[in-house]
Amino acid sequence: MDFEVIFSNLPLYLEGLALTIELLALSILFGLALSIPIGVAAAAKSGWVNFLPRGFIYFMRGTPLIVQMFLVYNGLAQFEVVRDSFLWVFFRQAYWCALFAFSLNTAGYTAEILRGAIRQTPAGEVEAAKACGMNSITLLRRIVLPSAFRRGLPAYSNEVIFMLHGTALAGVITLVDLFGAAKIVNSRHFVPFESFITAGVFYLCLTFIIVFIFKWAETRWHAHLKPRGG
Amino acid sequence: MSQVIDYLPFILKGMVLTVEVALLSLLIAVLLGIAAAAARLSGSVISRTVSGVYTTIIRGIPDLVLLTLIFFGGQIMVNNLGKSMGWGYIDISPFIAGVLTLGFIFGAYMGETFRGAILAVSKGEIEAGYAYGMRPVQVFVRITLPAMVRHALPGFGNNWLVLVKSTALVSVIGLQDMVFNAGAAGGSTRQPFSFYLLVAFLFLIITAVSNSGLKWLDRRYSAGVRQG
Repeated sequence: MDFEVIFSNLPLYLEGLALTIELLALSILFGLALSIPIGVAAAAKSGWVNFLPRGFIYFMRGTPLIVQMFLVYNGLAQFEVVRDSFLWVFFRQAYWCALFAFSLNTAGYTAEILRGAIRQTPAGEVEAAKACGMNSITLLRRIVLPSAFRRGLPAYSNEVIFMLHGTALAGVITLVDLFGAAKIVNSRHFVPFESFITAGVFYLCLTFIIVFIFKWAETRWHAHLKPRGG
Repeated sequence: MSQVIDYLPFILKGMVLTVEVALLSLLIAVLLGIAAAAARLSGSVISRTVSGVYTTIIRGIPDLVLLTLIFFGGQIMVNNLGKSMGWGYIDISPFIAGVLTLGFIFGAYMGETFRGAILAVSKGEIEAGYAYGMRPVQVFVRITLPAMVRHALPGFGNNWLVLVKSTALVSVIGLQDMVFNAGAAGGSTRQPFSFYLLVAFLFLIITAVSNSGLKWLDRRYSAGVRQG
């Protein structure tokens, strides 16, 4: 093992690390924002309302992320409408394609977590809120969503970790994220062990940080569930 | 559309390979999973540490990174080993690398599932087995294993569905599965979207078929349980 090469290429890895974090943070942000309306609609009892969001969730969860990414990155160029429109400025670039695919993917998974959490809302809480005279928007904002977010938190931490792993796909479509950096170092110096293990260690550290953040969030938002002392 | 139909056999050939990779990895994952669960449940500090490190690595490192590491790194390792043993050149095919990596990754997830399932088997049943004078191996094979299947099935099903989707990654190391073939067909017909969409639907079909199979298994293994 020769980690000399890795040290001389450390700036490349740090550049990759920055892109990985950026892609993860942005796709989580967009995905979460998208997942709230989708999750709420999917939890609706009416078949007319929940049909489309459930279809979206089913497709996103049922097909591999790499296929979704290729559909956007390679696939969209098939349509002249896309190529001639202003959208082409974005979809021409690997960066926006990756971000778009990742955001929709995590939106699907997050919406499903949210849907499950909303369906588990205790009926008594909803009844009490209605008895207090809340309309459905207030009910959603004050009662249903806050408790659904709390219930969904452990599953969501897993989803964020899976999304971190998913961002490695950006390296497949020419982007220089952590995996892309490892690929470049490997092809330049032919050191597969050193290059990919280094990337792996970076990913491992990121995973630990995510786990730590969610642990912190759980102690904060699940404080009322902790066993009482004394 | 007609071009999609022309290339359909080509894509379906890739689908067969996808299913082969998935089933073989599943076999490895189940064997590793049982071993990992047994190690986790045993009192020994060493085996608990090893399986703990195993799970952490799998949960912390992207499957794609592990796959390329095993594909490129495994090649060097086998070559060095071959040189010192005098075997000559041995080629690590993307198929072998893919199956081993996926089996290794999902072995960790299966291990967690099986561990939970074994813990869910009622102590009384196991004690009764011992009371009849069965040996530990007999108790495991005749009582614990069949009784844990019911508890393991939901987690097992989830792992399988995730595994099927992960097989798409082997196209990155050049294995000609259906994603790879869709890329080739899409490139030569200039209709990449149509082919990737077709592959997406084929994945949904595999999922749907697996779901009905899992449901059947669930009914079979819950036969003796009263449902509320």
